[in-house]
Amino acid sequence: MEPTDVKNPEYFHKVVDCQYACPAHTPVPEYIRLIAARRYTDAYMINWESNVFPGVLGRTCDRPCEPACRRGRLEQEPVAICRLKRVAADNKGEVRDRMPAIPEQKNGKRIACIGAGPASLTVARDLMPLGYSIDIYDNQFAGGGMMRSQIPSFRLPIQVLDEEVNFVLDMGVTTFFDTEVSSMRSIVDKGYDAIFVGTGAPRGKGLELPGLEEAGDAVHVGIDWLSSVAFEHIDSIGKKVLVLGGGNTAMDCCRTSRRLGGEDVRVVVRSPFADMKASPWEKEDAMHEGIPIYDNHTPKEFVVEDGVLKGMLFEKVEAKYDDNGKRSLVPTGEDLVFMEADDVLMAIGQENAFPWIERDLGIDFDKWDMPVVDEASFQSTNPKIFFGGDAAFGPENVITAVAHGHQAAVSIDLFCRGESVQKRPPPFTNLVSQKMGIHEWSYDNAVENDQRYIVPLAPLEQALSDRKVEVELGFDLEVGFKEAERCLNCDVQTVFQESRCIECDACVDICPTDCISFTANGEESELRTRLSAPAGNLTQDLYVSEPLPTTRVMVKDENVCLHCGLCAERCPTTAWDMQKFLYNTSKAGQAA
Amino acid sequence: MSYQVPKFRHPELPRNELGYTRADYEGSVSTLCAGCGHDSISGSIVRACHELSLEPHKIAKLSGIGCSSKSPTYFLGKSHGFNSVHGRMPSVVTGAAMANRDLLYLGVSGDGDTASIGMGQFTHAIRRNLNMVYIVMNNGCYGLTKGQDSATADEGSASKKGDPNPFGAIDLPGLALQLGATFVARSFSGDKEQLVPLIKAAMTHRGFALIDVVSPCVTFNNNTASTKSYEFVREHAAATGTVDFVPMREEITTSYPPGQSQEVTMHDGSVLHLHKVSEELDPFDRSSALLALERYRSSGQILTGLIYMDKDSRDLHEVLETSRRPLNTLVEEDLCPGDKVLQNINASLR
Repeated sequence: MEPTDVKNPEYFHKVVDCQYACPAHTPVPEYIRLIAARRYTDAYMINWESNVFPGVLGRTCDRPCEPACRRGRLEQEPVAICRLKRVAADNKGEVRDRMPAIPEQKNGKRIACIGAGPASLTVARDLMPLGYSIDIYDNQFAGGGMMRSQIPSFRLPIQVLDEEVNFVLDMGVTTFFDTEVSSMRSIVDKGYDAIFVGTGAPRGKGLELPGLEEAGDAVHVGIDWLSSVAFEHIDSIGKKVLVLGGGNTAMDCCRTSRRLGGEDVRVVVRSPFADMKASPWEKEDAMHEGIPIYDNHTPKEFVVEDGVLKGMLFEKVEAKYDDNGKRSLVPTGEDLVFMEADDVLMAIGQENAFPWIERDLGIDFDKWDMPVVDEASFQSTNPKIFFGGDAAFGPENVITAVAHGHQAAVSIDLFCRGESVQKRPPPFTNLVSQKMGIHEWSYDNAVENDQRYIVPLAPLEQALSDRKVEVELGFDLEVGFKEAERCLNCDVQTVFQESRCIECDACVDICPTDCISFTANGEESELRTRLSAPAGNLTQDLYVSEPLPTTRVMVKDENVCLHCGLCAERCPTTAWDMQKFLYNTSKAGQAA
Repeated sequence: MSYQVPKFRHPELPRNELGYTRADYEGSVSTLCAGCGHDSISGSIVRACHELSLEPHKIAKLSGIGCSSKSPTYFLGKSHGFNSVHGRMPSVVTGAAMANRDLLYLGVSGDGDTASIGMGQFTHAIRRNLNMVYIVMNNGCYGLTKGQDSATADEGSASKKGDPNPFGAIDLPGLALQLGATFVARSFSGDKEQLVPLIKAAMTHRGFALIDVVSPCVTFNNNTASTKSYEFVREHAAATGTVDFVPMREEITTSYPPGQSQEVTMHDGSVLHLHKVSEELDPFDRSSALLALERYRSSGQILTGLIYMDKDSRDLHEVLETSRRPLNTLVEEDLCPGDKVLQNINASLR
């Protein structure tokens, strides 16, 4: 193998599994250390810089960071990263004085953001401090987009959302709420320097099944129903409710139903339980509230008698996987299953739709009638018009929308300054030794053995009685500290300097997880078979040194390194050092 | 602050026949200097015991005094241990081995503990062919007392703050050969590929097995003027051949071209492969081994690997025809078999 180029910032970035997995690349270990130091405001600001909505995300994020967490490869459970973020948000002090100043003197460029969801708000957050004038249009009465209309209050209290939306709007954004944009041309004609489309994926899919028409008002599209509840147009539902679908929207629908009068609420999903799209914790939360999940049931028909919905018929199926792992759901041949229902909520997916964009504005649409958007710059084929969030590439999640927003803001800024949007500014990185003494590091290198702490919940009865009572109570400060201590500090990198190495093997002998080997070089696949411990996780890189005096190379498998620093402590020549790697994605206004 | 090793281990560590991972053979975290060769030897002992599927409670590790003799704390944390008086480890092993032949005796000593204060004990343990493994962690200096030259320091070698040594070195493998040792090897702490199979072979050998392991003292004797530094040993080591040890229970998978390899079946059925053995050495001939040692020494090289092995070694138990059972399992009936037996003995003497 070629020696690893640790000067390439992506190498060490990838070692920080959580940060690498996060679409917005939030420096997770950095803020977790601040939580452990009880510096909640500082921890909040690191989040806010990176993901704009720490309080919202600390409650609702899809947490791609957690399955990536190294701890999950060493024991059962990853660090509760998401809920630690909430600890920072709930316990922060005054933050407004730390937010960027907004120039009095504007730069003369006007930007329109269509939709006031997380993507648009991120664009505004990044561009306002640079002197841009921003107009936001949204058909709701307030900002937040789907965070307001689709995330139930028992998961996200409205005050938390309002606070973080207002941090952005109070920068001086001009808002046009309760304003449905029904024509892109009308916006283009206003002469904006750039337009950002962050309208989400607002159209819920439906099921064309026999009996649908007859069932009438008893069948609802999940996301529309959730927003009607959020905006208080709906405040009750029948006693027997069937929720179709296996994603997080289905979980929100069923749990909301339990709070609006649903007594026998069931989730019915076509796929096996394990294949459901909902996050495992959302499924657990639903089941905890007494909601059974029926998997392997395909809906066949709405049963309506005398114009009244009685229930639905389902066909039982089983999942078969072919050699490529492709799944097909094969009927078992058993009798159809009837389930009673007063109401049915369909939460089987959603899509973005652009009937309001005229097709002669220079925006190309592909064969699925979706706009053609560049994956790096988020620019459409009309160079003035950018897309982000679910509107760009289909439904994802809040944190992805934020990541899109940051990159779109970079592009809009480049575009407005007449520069190429393809020339992205590099990430900001820093690498600093943490050594303080022989056994002393400026980070807490001891590895805690604690298992993941469980977030306490409000009593079930109380939670179900009011849809606005937040179910999760969050970690208290003591448990928050303990959970933060579980973090392995993967951003404190093991940096190897071959010119100092005397090949004494001290690091090999001390490493608790047998990450380090000194051996003859070879092709990666072959090299992986003769390291100190099995190195079968191909998603984790090998760190390979230049040849040493014995012609061998140092090979470190990054997979289960604890970042405990013992290799560096036991190294007599400081060939190993623990160095903190900070990686911040490029931001609008940053020099290329 | 770390004075402890984290509890986590690699989740896919291989398990041996007993279901143990390497971690089950570890000890406390070392307090020796960072980079000490002794820690590597400890690591090799851990690997050897794991690969041999030894039951930790069937091993006794014994030592004297010195940096080397501290090291048994840092491996085999679940085995028996005895840290004896300076240089007196062999007599403690002798007692223990006579009392209980079921344990594997691993003596760990240093150049001071062996070649100076313990020399008398060392020689007699060899002479009696005590069934033990005797590892010398040989760094040529007294690290625990700030690095004075030891009796194994080569003539002309200088430690970090010292003058060139005016005396010749005691060569432990050469001495052991002359005293009739039945297994003599030398290795280097920085060469686990060689050291681990040697330890495994020594542990399987019946009789006294000496491994003299050159183990650099990073603090006092790893400088350019030293002949026991990592750099010097790497540049001047010459191996007698490649050693590969296949435990009895394992299938032999490696094959060597004929003529280049010698196979030795150990008394427990394990197989020792000696590969690419130097033409100048017959490791089963004592005088050839002595000659080779001297030849390499005089040319300034350090001969490593298996130097000599007596395939027909008879250990002290065989020579003395001791009880096959540990003494602590002998009950009164065994020890006082009664009047009838006594009469028989008396009758046989009449």
